[in-house]
Amino acid sequence: MSNTATGGRKIELWVGVLVLGGLLSLGFLAFEVGNFDNARVRDGYRVYADFQNIGGLTLRAPVAVAGVRIGQVTGITLSRDSFNARVELTIARHYDNLPVDSSASIFTKGLLGAQYVGLEPGSDEEFLGDGDEIEFTNSSVVLEQLIGELLFSKAEEAAE
Amino acid sequence: MNALAAIGRFTLGGVYHLGRCGVFLCTMLAVISHAWRRFALVVRQLYFAGVMTLLITLVAGLFVGMVLSLQGYYTLVNYGGESALGLLVALSLTRELGPVLAAVLFTGRAGSAITAEIGLMKATDQLAAMEMMATDPVARVVVPRFVAGVLAVPILTLLFNVVGVLGGYYVGTVQLGVDSGVYWASMQNGVDVFEDIGNGIIKSFVFGFVVSWIMVFEGCDTEPTAEGISRATTRTVVVGSLSVLGLDYILTALMYGGIS
Amino acid sequence: MPHSPHNPARPADTLVSVDNVSFGYGPRTILSGLDMQITRGSVVVVMGPSGCGKSTLLGLIGGRLAASEGRVFFDGGDVAALRRRELFALRKRMGMLFQSSALLTDLSVFDNVAFPLREHCGLPESLVRNLVLMKLHMVGLRGARDLRPAELSGGMARRVALARAIALDPELILYDEPFAGLDPVSLGVTLKLIRELNDALRLTSVVVTHDVDEGCRIADYMYLLGRGTIIGHGAPQEMLHSGDPEVAQFMQGMPDGPVPFHYPAPDYRAELLDAGGARS
Repeated sequence: MSNTATGGRKIELWVGVLVLGGLLSLGFLAFEVGNFDNARVRDGYRVYADFQNIGGLTLRAPVAVAGVRIGQVTGITLSRDSFNARVELTIARHYDNLPVDSSASIFTKGLLGAQYVGLEPGSDEEFLGDGDEIEFTNSSVVLEQLIGELLFSKAEEAAE
Repeated sequence: MNALAAIGRFTLGGVYHLGRCGVFLCTMLAVISHAWRRFALVVRQLYFAGVMTLLITLVAGLFVGMVLSLQGYYTLVNYGGESALGLLVALSLTRELGPVLAAVLFTGRAGSAITAEIGLMKATDQLAAMEMMATDPVARVVVPRFVAGVLAVPILTLLFNVVGVLGGYYVGTVQLGVDSGVYWASMQNGVDVFEDIGNGIIKSFVFGFVVSWIMVFEGCDTEPTAEGISRATTRTVVVGSLSVLGLDYILTALMYGGIS
Repeated sequence: MPHSPHNPARPADTLVSVDNVSFGYGPRTILSGLDMQITRGSVVVVMGPSGCGKSTLLGLIGGRLAASEGRVFFDGGDVAALRRRELFALRKRMGMLFQSSALLTDLSVFDNVAFPLREHCGLPESLVRNLVLMKLHMVGLRGARDLRPAELSGGMARRVALARAIALDPELILYDEPFAGLDPVSLGVTLKLIRELNDALRLTSVVVTHDVDEGCRIADYMYLLGRGTIIGHGAPQEMLHSGDPEVAQFMQGMPDGPVPFHYPAPDYRAELLDAGGARS
């Protein structure tokens, strides 16, 4: 249908503005609000780490080295033999020089913040690759246990 | 006994209505290809439905973002978590409030108008006249409005989200003193492009589809009287808004239900 | 077999034939046992009181409604038996003028008349423009081409709708109450247009109306509907002087007759006297 009716140009202009606004919004949301790095992490390589206790670690929690985000948690399962938590970490492909003797720990951002996996690079010449396992792990610090131990030791001190 | 009969009649009427609604969707989808053959008509309807709803969407988005920021701040500051303000605002908007409110606003502004327009065209024999001119009114009148609605809701949702995030930014940083770097960083750390923004867009497409379907169906199903048109318009707003809210729950459960 | 004075030599040249047609919505019967022959080139007027199913008849001829019994033939083909595509092809051969004019409110007068041409012919825009201006000129509204339907008076809107109905050069035009609600001048214009277009474009016209004077002025042949069936037919002069009491009552507009003044009710006297008793 042709738009010989007056206002055809105006309509096209406004709809163009609307669609452009939508696309710009999408770009803004994708790059400014969301983080495309997260998306790039998705096609990274996977390594595994067993923890005795993961505390409140959740899927998509960040994986960081020296506080810099390099990947995220993409899977949490319970090992059938050892009853350890097996955590799958996906790490962006360009961080391909993590030594195999690196250690993984579960830390908490702030006192009550979300938990994340921190990697402490080792010194081996060989690097972690897809499907490798991180041997050295430190479990999550469970606050209740910590407080319990503190109280217990204080009580012992008082008893002495 | 009378009350029982009334309940039965009401239920049966509802089932008939639902059946007509489904049949209508099929007749519409059968000629949906006309949307591309008559793209100028879709553009025209995108103007009427989208551009007309633009202003209220932007204003509503701004205020929703601002109030989210304000309320979120006073809750988070109790736990020392005001650094997560940006994340709270962005996730609330992209996952839930953006798609839901944009769709509800669209229903109230454009949906009701389109129902009334189609109903009036029916009441004044315009649809019958088209049929007598060997033009399928579903292809010529209904499909462009439907497709424009399906396209307009996601676009409006995106704009709503952006304006909301900016409104939240203004209140959070300028008014309440959260560091602006922290505001953005918390968003970027926590908002996933696919999980959060992508799912929000999928939601808004589903809402756009359902709301547009309801608005054109109620228009075509109108009893061709002044009273019938007003009833159909009301029904579009009520049924449309409730469907959006109900579907939102279902979609949220499907999309995020698996995550512990 | 009715025959029109325009076509006395070929009485069998029938464009539309309605063959023992009945129609009803659910259990409610609107038309029953209708038989009609519409001769090519004639103006056939179908008259009857309001709500007697005259407009339904047009729906049946146009294929918008399907008869529950009997058949409607257009140029020898059964209208109700057509598939959708064939029906649409058939409708390009007929135009219809609705009582409400049914102009598309979001298009200008020009675009309304151009609508069927653009939809079906794929002609270049310059040719569409010339055709539209020709059609508008025929109804005397070439100057009003840029107006919106909302800016037109009732009579003008109906003339635009008429120009639109003849845009595809149809063989048959169906008029639904073309005289309702018109001022005397518009009425005169409409009468003149129906007659002149019919003769100049070699159309066949079916006019549904309840206006006896106007109907008689343009009709070649008339059918009178009542009680859902045909109660009389003939040339206008025969009808005006018909001895049949039902036909005479309608044609002369007598308030009482075979169609009673009072809607069926219980006995007046009994009901009044009974009123006190019935309420307690």
